[in-house]
Amino acid sequence: MRFEYKVEGGDFTQAGNAASAIKKTLKQLGVDPVVIKRVVVALYEAEVNIVAHAWRGVIYADIEGSGIKLRLEDEGPGIPDIGKAMTRGFSTASEGVREMGFGAGMGLPNISENADEFHIDTVVGEGTTLNIGIRF
Amino acid sequence: METRSPYNRGLEIDNNVCIGCSHCIKVCPTEALRVRGGKAVIHADWCVDCGECFRVCPTRAIRVIDDDFKRVGEYKHRVLLIPAMFYAQFEESIPRHTIDAIIGELGFHEVCVVEQSVDRLVDEINRYVETAEDKPVISTYCPAVTRLIQVRFPALVNHVMLLMPPVEITAQYYRRKYAAAGVADEDLGIFYLTPCIAKITSVKSPLGGYGSPVTGVINMDFFYNKVYLAYRQRMAVSGKVAVSDALSAKGMLWPTTGGESTNVRGKVLAIDGVRNVIDFLEQLENGEITDVDFLELRTCDESCAGGILSLRNRFLVADSMRRMARELPETHALMDEYRTCGSEGVCMEKVEPRSMVKYDKNIDEALRKMERARMLKGMLPNIDCGACGAPSCEALAEDVVRDGADINSCLFLRTAWELQGQLSMNDANTIMEQIWGKEHFKTENE
Repeated sequence: MRFEYKVEGGDFTQAGNAASAIKKTLKQLGVDPVVIKRVVVALYEAEVNIVAHAWRGVIYADIEGSGIKLRLEDEGPGIPDIGKAMTRGFSTASEGVREMGFGAGMGLPNISENADEFHIDTVVGEGTTLNIGIRF
Repeated sequence: METRSPYNRGLEIDNNVCIGCSHCIKVCPTEALRVRGGKAVIHADWCVDCGECFRVCPTRAIRVIDDDFKRVGEYKHRVLLIPAMFYAQFEESIPRHTIDAIIGELGFHEVCVVEQSVDRLVDEINRYVETAEDKPVISTYCPAVTRLIQVRFPALVNHVMLLMPPVEITAQYYRRKYAAAGVADEDLGIFYLTPCIAKITSVKSPLGGYGSPVTGVINMDFFYNKVYLAYRQRMAVSGKVAVSDALSAKGMLWPTTGGESTNVRGKVLAIDGVRNVIDFLEQLENGEITDVDFLELRTCDESCAGGILSLRNRFLVADSMRRMARELPETHALMDEYRTCGSEGVCMEKVEPRSMVKYDKNIDEALRKMERARMLKGMLPNIDCGACGAPSCEALAEDVVRDGADINSCLFLRTAWELQGQLSMNDANTIMEQIWGKEHFKTENE
């Protein structure tokens, strides 16, 4: 089953809506709460990343009996140094974003720790695509 | 039609009184109610005993199942545990000792305040919160919250504080006291005057294999009538009842909003009202809230002062309780005796999730059904009018794929079929009668 959510850069009031909706679906399907938590944490972080860094993005979620595949495509500045971005504590978030409590720099490592599969493709100046897989 | 449940619940629907008005289906936080055949039907596994349906029922068709007042006489020694807010049900000119004396005449040998044990509990809660791995720790004081978490937020069960509510600790104390005085256990009846349905269920079918020391429950609204009538009729009182009214200000305030949280160290929050509680738990489950140590959550607005069996205006009850608390000491005389019981009497066994099976236990089957429900929901008007007997279009779509409900229960779809000539007016009417009963469709001539 496929779900699609649009994400607007800079609109923190809507950040987390996709994660909430996916959570509701997984709960209705009776997925193990521990797995749901991992999905929600990973998706929430990734969703907030689009809001905080990109101009806009689309989240695709494919749910099957075996697990969930999330694809987050954004149009944005891209990530110049993925190695750095994967380091805990490193943040490129602007001061305005940090003042809102986001951008502590835990995003990507946290996503990868909660995922069974994690791929990141980025083109500087164009955007980033994140593929996350979590098995049920 | 009643669905049997392994979970003892406090409510039942009286079909002789229910008019199938559908008020209840809209307020249920777990969408556990439907109207079928002109009567409300409850999905027992999903019920969390919050009592929201009881509150809105215009005909009092939703009733509390248990009341053990008639069993009081079976015991040689009878103790009544009175929640602090019971005293606040009366106008402030009626003092506590008068109420206690009347209760003595109603068949009890000893009365005591439930919240006596909170002074003991506070130490345990603070110790528990300090060492807890999963924060915030969520209080188990409101049993409807605990069940709401089990049913709707199973991922949060590890946050549930595994400490007994005050009524259990107080009841244990009186069991010990009477045993020490040589009273046989079977001769002692400890009854609990309850302000809500959820507390009845928690005493009748406690979580995790624990046997409650409480013998029975008595509903506060019913008992209020008895006491107030005796007061108005100036019933003669002998004053023979033993009154164990040791109570601190803390104990009096405990059932009010903030009554627990103000005694817990760290970052604490007190939230009342079932919608507020659900909103917060959603955010907590999303991982959006990380820096809170303790949560006091109560499903009733104004907490137990607004308990569903509480009669007086909830704001006046809460105000009376705060006023009474001002006259009470910081701690009370029985505190040391309560302290002598070990922590093991205060700890509760693990709370297990009780997830709602929305579609199917098998995930592949659940996915197929969910896909179908999504397709059906697309056909529905999505205005959640409730004319189908389900609380929302989404709930109807789920009912169709899960329980084989009729998609044509939807008034809008039926009208469309009728306009297209695919459904006769008679068939449409039959469907309407299946949901709402025949009574509503009788004309004066019939």
